[in-house]
Amino acid sequence: MKNKKGSSTKSFEQSLRRLESIVDQLESAELPLEESLKIYEEGIALSKACMETLTRAELKLRTLSKDVEGTFRLTNSEGTED
Amino acid sequence: MLTEGTPLTVSELTRRIKQTLERGFSYINLQGEISNFKRHTSGHLYFTLKDETSQISGVMWRSRAADLAFTPQDGMHVVLSGRVTVYEVRGNYQVEIYSIHPLGVGELQLAFERLRNKLGAEGLFELDRKRPLPEFPTRIGIVTSPTGAALHDMIHVLGRRFPGVVAILNPVRVQGAGAAEEVSRAIADFNSYAAVDVIIVARGGGSLEDLWAFNEEVVARAIHHSRIPVVSAIGHETDFTIADFVADLRAPTPSAAAELVVRDRNSLIDIVREYWYTMHESMLNMVTQRRDVILHLLRSYSFNTPIDLHRRFSQRVDELQRGMAISMGHRFAMVKSTTESLHHRVGALDPEMVLRRGYAMVYKNHSIVSSSKDVHGEDDLEVKFHDGLVRTTVQ
Repeated sequence: MKNKKGSSTKSFEQSLRRLESIVDQLESAELPLEESLKIYEEGIALSKACMETLTRAELKLRTLSKDVEGTFRLTNSEGTED
Repeated sequence: MLTEGTPLTVSELTRRIKQTLERGFSYINLQGEISNFKRHTSGHLYFTLKDETSQISGVMWRSRAADLAFTPQDGMHVVLSGRVTVYEVRGNYQVEIYSIHPLGVGELQLAFERLRNKLGAEGLFELDRKRPLPEFPTRIGIVTSPTGAALHDMIHVLGRRFPGVVAILNPVRVQGAGAAEEVSRAIADFNSYAAVDVIIVARGGGSLEDLWAFNEEVVARAIHHSRIPVVSAIGHETDFTIADFVADLRAPTPSAAAELVVRDRNSLIDIVREYWYTMHESMLNMVTQRRDVILHLLRSYSFNTPIDLHRRFSQRVDELQRGMAISMGHRFAMVKSTTESLHHRVGALDPEMVLRRGYAMVYKNHSIVSSSKDVHGEDDLEVKFHDGLVRTTVQ
């Protein structure tokens, strides 16, 4: 997914899918303890990230505009870019 | 009449015709059928108005055309107002048009049917062309008026159902001349911009004429060409536009479009919470099993198991279980702290941690030796300390 800040933030969908597979793996209890702990930790972080997205209080609204050169700009309600 | 005296020049005759016609027809209402309709790149509209036996050219200048609620189409029966003008250079006469109205709503309906048949025949409405919407869009493109109720309604619904998205508005006029062009350009813009997962094209309720922009071919084509799935939400539940037929999904209203595009976060919160509990339970089970193994090990080694060590383990497990009971009753605000403390507890039960306290594990042929009876003279053994292995032979 495109991310302006260039970080490797997973999309909500990717996080949820990964979380799903971690839950499956932990439930099947086939992994050794060390690996289980590792993905458990990842799973907790993912569920936290998902919850953050889900509980975000406010919708972000931006306006798309195009200048004469055809470059797109996103502005917020104060008319500034972010 | 003109057989005597000086002949008229072409210019003189044309000027007289011009004066006669322009004075005689300085304001007329005229009805007829449109044909050869063209919108010039300059913005002026040119067409022929005809009936069964006659025809006359018409021109509508850009400034007037801007007030049109709809784009005239060939075959449409209209009433127009204007005046007759003579173009001296060519010796042509034409009607300069001030305004055009469909000859009754039935005319717009006919135009609608004509376009629907045409695009339908081209396959633009085929169901197998419809693309599924993304399940979890993160960025939602919106094409609508920046001041309309439609935008307000959609923002409200998105904010309630799934605020963790970015709504990106490409503001357009949604009625009047040029609205159709703005809407189609906005759809194309989102496609060049590319960073949205789905586009909603919306407009609140209104008369057939108000909604007309969404019955224009240019909008239908823009939706058809969009690589990004398009949801249409035009007018009320009972309004169907050409845009609705081409769109990947038709929503009955703008609010409904917002509902269809994002999932309800409460159901997702339940799912994530369920996952979280399952992970905890699975982990807890694994830890409990591990504890049994350790206790077994300690016993079998005739380690003279200190009663307090045993108690400590039991206590930890109790704590874990109590911690689980607490966390089950709590909301997700507790995720972090609970997780961290659980990690500590899990770590404490790890056999490695037991080894750190000075115990060692004995292996023979890579299997744990749990009884001195299993060891015989000359056996090669490995003794595992927390920081490494030592090989030894039984004497």
